[in-house]
Amino acid sequence: MRGIYHSFANLVVRVGQRNIGLQRQAWRPFPITASLQPTRRHAHGQATEYLQMSDPDLTESQRTVREAISKICSKYPDEYWMELDNAGKFSLDLHADLARDGWLGICLPQKYGGSELGISEATVMMQTISESGGGMTAASSVHMNIFGLEPIVKFATEEQKERWLVPVIQGKERSCFGVTEPNTGLDTLKLQSTATRDGDHYILKGQKIWTSTAQTAEKILILVRTTPLDKVEKPTHGLSLFYTDLDRSAVQVTEILKMGRASVDSNSLFFDGWKVPAEDLIGEEGNGFKMIMQGMNAERVLVGAEALGLGFAALRRAAIYAKERVVFGRQIGKNQGIQHPLAESWMKLEAARLMLYQAARLYDEGYAAGEFANAGKYLAAEAAFEAAERAVMVHGGMGYAKEYHVERYCREAMLPRLAPVSREMIFNYIGERVLGLPRSY
Amino acid sequence: MSGLRILVPVKRVIDYAIKPRVNKAGTAVETNGVKHSMNPFDELSIEQAVRLREAKVPVEDILVFSAGPTKSQETIRTAMAMGADRGIHVVEEKIELEPLGVAKLLKQVVEKENRNLVILGKQSIDDDAGQTGQMLAGLLGWPQATQASKVTIEGEQCTVTREVDGGVETLKAKLPMIITTDLRLNEPRYASLPNIMKAKKKPLEKKTLADYDVDVSKRMKTVKVIEPPPRQGGGKVDDVDGMISKLKELGAI
Ligand SMILES: Cc1cc2nc3c(=O)[nH]c(=O)nc-3n(C[C@H](O)[C@H](O)[C@H](O)COP(=O)(O)OP(=O)(O)OC[C@H]3O[C@@H](n4cnc5c(N)ncnc54)[C@H](O)[C@@H]3O)c2cc1C
Repeated sequence: MRGIYHSFANLVVRVGQRNIGLQRQAWRPFPITASLQPTRRHAHGQATEYLQMSDPDLTESQRTVREAISKICSKYPDEYWMELDNAGKFSLDLHADLARDGWLGICLPQKYGGSELGISEATVMMQTISESGGGMTAASSVHMNIFGLEPIVKFATEEQKERWLVPVIQGKERSCFGVTEPNTGLDTLKLQSTATRDGDHYILKGQKIWTSTAQTAEKILILVRTTPLDKVEKPTHGLSLFYTDLDRSAVQVTEILKMGRASVDSNSLFFDGWKVPAEDLIGEEGNGFKMIMQGMNAERVLVGAEALGLGFAALRRAAIYAKERVVFGRQIGKNQGIQHPLAESWMKLEAARLMLYQAARLYDEGYAAGEFANAGKYLAAEAAFEAAERAVMVHGGMGYAKEYHVERYCREAMLPRLAPVSREMIFNYIGERVLGLPRSY
Repeated sequence: MSGLRILVPVKRVIDYAIKPRVNKAGTAVETNGVKHSMNPFDELSIEQAVRLREAKVPVEDILVFSAGPTKSQETIRTAMAMGADRGIHVVEEKIELEPLGVAKLLKQVVEKENRNLVILGKQSIDDDAGQTGQMLAGLLGWPQATQASKVTIEGEQCTVTREVDGGVETLKAKLPMIITTDLRLNEPRYASLPNIMKAKKKPLEKKTLADYDVDVSKRMKTVKVIEPPPRQGGGKVDDVDGMISKLKELGAI
């Protein structure tokens, strides 16, 4: 390994002639695993520091979350995620660590084993996980279990919550989310999959696409039509939400090969005659769309935070490399053509961070509109992608080599630009809701 | 005996994973804007105290103590999240405490709080002085077992194993006593989220140096702090003869 990995310098403090060896890695109090060689460092320095703990705006509880999560993530260095990505292998290690220490329940009610903190804290958690170098891979391996179950919290019965939330918080069950369909895309109201009541069951028929982690998840939160579009008063009516076992004998799950985040599967789902117990319906039949909307803004904030983490990770690596790499007898970072785009990226990431944290705080205070959540997600995703692209360029040819990780960041940074809502739909939202312009579609 | 009343002193230091930089004036390691966390050896001490309780050794309470800037409270909270019951923080922003000063302070804490076991890290990774535990034992006149790699307590009897050159040494002593911890003792836990939340509600008493009757004046002066010279690359030799002549050339043999 060359370049950014170099050994911890053994700093010696000389007091008079006496050497007090400050050989830092010697005190590592945990056994050093093969993937965590003492010769590797976690980045340090100002914005090159993992983590920027000095963010002066963090609340005490956000700071606590950042500290504790970064500690857990330090077990999983970049190499760990790179190897998973190369092998396309899913891992539940981080999920298990987070579950064991109660982190999956960060925003879920205490009654079921959660800690009932806000989106403000979950935002910091997801940013930190991603920023550790785990990127969208690390974040997506837990994402759905952090906030995806909000409709259950808000609309399920006591019996259902006990049955569903407890195992998720304990990490014993994992869930995936099936909304997007191949034929309807962002036009959620046109979903074609259906559920038909049959005694104490519903029979589901249709298909979903992009359902992430469906290869291994035990449960699925799925939105389907129970009343055809032409029979409802409003198009937002007639959709119903189920939380049920992902029964692989009834659902064909096929993985989609994709650009990045290879180790966290996304899938297409086909089902025809899938029997789902009626007790797995959430709330009233026909009210599913309203329930899905609940928490949508919070989810955008979280995805934005994951993008942000990736952007900061990329910037960190770029800055370290720019400082170390010497060409034409000078550090490449001494050239303004290298330095200034990185400076600009930091500003853009920080601006996005402030917008996202504001959106999170407003959400926690009960503010329901989505302009800041949408805008924050947009800004963060764009800033992160730009930072990741610049990080690749700063590394020159090495940016294209996997061992420098920035190409992985760059591929992953495309994802939050596309999902869960696209840039165009965010513009549509702002144009219509904030600027009062006519709906363009 | 009514049970263990444990004192665990903890210190907030530059995070172990961060490469220390010398400040511009060359008088100290730069601490401004640098990530800090609990001295890793102190994590071992807390862990050990909590494990004693989990192993059903009667533990009355685990008191965590820190003297230092306001931020040290985060370190105390971390210790409480790991399982300590309460904390005392002597807020001191300016004075850099030296091992003897800390030991004197701890002696008073031990007496005021009626402690019968103190578990300290064998050193803190900022100064590497490795003296506080021993000094405290001296001041209190208590038995000490330093650099523990295993600790068992039955009734009044403590058995401590320490790894020494050429083997392991087992020490036995009666309470009250001082133990300092070494890396192999245990693997400290991560604080769980629910425990972090609970720790926020555990009692943390704030005090000042004036509350204790100690002389913490400085006895040492740091003359200069410098970065180590950059390591020089090695050379290759062809064979054993080449190596011998190289060693001779360097005056090593
Ligand atoms: C890796 C990955 C994981 C995913 N995981 C999940 C998951 O777990 N569960 C799930 O349900 N979904 C998931 N998704 C799906 C994701 O939410 C959708 O891909 C996203 O919502 C976009 O939908 P679409 O792909 O059908 O695009 P389309 O709706 O087909 O849109 C295509 C393009 O047209 C643009 N467009 C469409 N309509 C308009 C308009 N009116 N004005 C302007 N532009 C328009 C869009 O902005 C976009 O650029 C995932 C996607 C990816 C890539």
